[in-house]
Amino acid sequence: MKKPNDVILHSVTKVAVVIILTFSIDLFFAGHHDPGGGFIGGLGFASALTLLLLAFDIEWVRENIPIDFKVITASGVLIAVLTGLGSLVFDAPFLSQTFNYFNLPIFGKTELATAVIFDFGVALAVIGTAVTIILSIAEDR
Amino acid sequence: MNNIVLLPIIIPLITGMIMVIFRKNIRFQRAFSVFAILATGGVSVFLMAQIRTKGIQTLQLGGWQAPFGISMVADMFSALLLLTTSFVSLCCLLFAFRSIGKEREASYFYPMFLFLITGVNGSFLTGDLFNLYVCFEVMLISSYVLISLGGTKKQLRESIKYVLTNIVSSFLFLVAIAYLYAMTGTLNLAHLSVRIAEAGQDGLMTTVAILFLIVFSMKAALFLFFWLPGSYSAPPTAIAALFAGLLTKVGIYALFRMFTLVFYHEPQITHLIIGVLGALTMLLGAIGAIAYWDIKKILTYNVMVGVGFIMAGLASFTPVAMAGSISYLIHDMIIKALIFLIGGTMIHLTGTSKLKEISGLIGTHSYLGWMFFIAALSLSGIPPLSGFLGKVFITQGTFETGYYWLGAMGLITSLMVLFSIMKIFMNGFWGETYLSQEMEKGTTKGLMFPIGLLTVATIALGVGAEGIFEYVNLAAESLMNPKLYIEAVFRGNVMP
Repeated sequence: MKKPNDVILHSVTKVAVVIILTFSIDLFFAGHHDPGGGFIGGLGFASALTLLLLAFDIEWVRENIPIDFKVITASGVLIAVLTGLGSLVFDAPFLSQTFNYFNLPIFGKTELATAVIFDFGVALAVIGTAVTIILSIAEDR
Repeated sequence: MNNIVLLPIIIPLITGMIMVIFRKNIRFQRAFSVFAILATGGVSVFLMAQIRTKGIQTLQLGGWQAPFGISMVADMFSALLLLTTSFVSLCCLLFAFRSIGKEREASYFYPMFLFLITGVNGSFLTGDLFNLYVCFEVMLISSYVLISLGGTKKQLRESIKYVLTNIVSSFLFLVAIAYLYAMTGTLNLAHLSVRIAEAGQDGLMTTVAILFLIVFSMKAALFLFFWLPGSYSAPPTAIAALFAGLLTKVGIYALFRMFTLVFYHEPQITHLIIGVLGALTMLLGAIGAIAYWDIKKILTYNVMVGVGFIMAGLASFTPVAMAGSISYLIHDMIIKALIFLIGGTMIHLTGTSKLKEISGLIGTHSYLGWMFFIAALSLSGIPPLSGFLGKVFITQGTFETGYYWLGAMGLITSLMVLFSIMKIFMNGFWGETYLSQEMEKGTTKGLMFPIGLLTVATIALGVGAEGIFEYVNLAAESLMNPKLYIEAVFRGNVMP
């Protein structure tokens, strides 16, 4: 079989993936006050990985990212639920959140919120689920 | 605010997720899942004690007051079902250790088992209609995995039917929720109850109520049971027993919740329809149970008879009938799991489910035989076993309301049930012993303990009915008084 020449696709992908990943991280952090958040950020991240899968083949991606994405999903859900459970320690209702302003060295005055940890869990769960679905469909011949 | 209300959902969820991470370590998964279910059971006992002394317990997630946030509500009805769920699932889990096989264990059997429990417990505890939908989906998706896990030809065929019917009913569920939201502007069950009581349950609202009835009937196998015989006989015994004990019961729970808390204003329409459907379900189920000569088929048709009978209590809508229904529901969860486990053990021993090829098992397995006998008596409601009181109260309730046909149908079908289950006993356990112990396809080693546990439970529920009835009456009282539920959810808040 003749190997298709996809140099352009490969090169564009390598650049685009970095941009998409950065953008999805930006979306993730934007979610606290503006549109965005863990779900959409996670989907963006997963779409970058999907692009990698399309441009290169599964084995190549598997070799370079040797992670079981089902474990990512489980840890994401665990992080999200455990953040919710944290409020039990402070005798507040489950899933209560809190935030405060801190003076950090580089960022200056920054708002840190517990909801971001929850959102991080959501993001991991979304990434894990989306990539697992795509991988299992792709492997199915 | 009481965070304990949430624990029966959170414990199985967290333990299940941890097990997904440690996929390879089967021994850890076994021990951890037993721990999770015991902990859930312990929490539900604690909740029952709290509800008894302090009334209905609620939790507003994240501190967002109802109806804006999601409410979790535990009344006595939910707590009783939580405890029964933990007990039944513990027995099925112990049975699975010896019977489910290495391959299924390695492909996420235990996590899925716990996610199913998460969904079931969530459905019992939620006080929000959309959240109920979500919990239903959690439960259903885990059950899709469990029913097809292993991938034998029969399982795959039945799981396609099962998934398709459930997707259709979930779709109708969403449609019904959308209608209700459009008409009332809220999805909090307590708030819905208030709004519908204020505006009155007019013809359109009753139509929506009937749409909900169709949805939950599909889940509970009330009349719309065409999917049930196939899908409950396909998976391995431990899973089938879990399904028979829990899944249809969640649909029944939802019917009780909706038609005592929200749509209780037109019982002469909605509850009468429920009664008619219940009577038809009992009759058709009993006919099926008598007609077949296949153990699995007989047992699955018995599941339907139970569903129809419990619904007769809801249809009559009196405090006595409600108490009867609740105690019968608890009995039914335990007894259906028990007969499924025993039936599965018989098939495991002989290698066939055809009753005509089995004979004289009592010669080699006397304990199994006598436990089946006790289960059979309990199933048909013979005192002093657990089915008796529920049966008496439901029948009394139907007579009080004037639905004599419904009570009569319940009594006639319990005779038919007795006949069908005795058919298994007479043919399977009595008669000449064909199989010597060496010729059997499997052993009962490790399988007898969970069966024994369930048998003891059905005897204890019957003999100790006095003690349990205090709780059952509390549950029936809170079901018949929607005010109690509403006040617990809106404790001290202004209702918008």
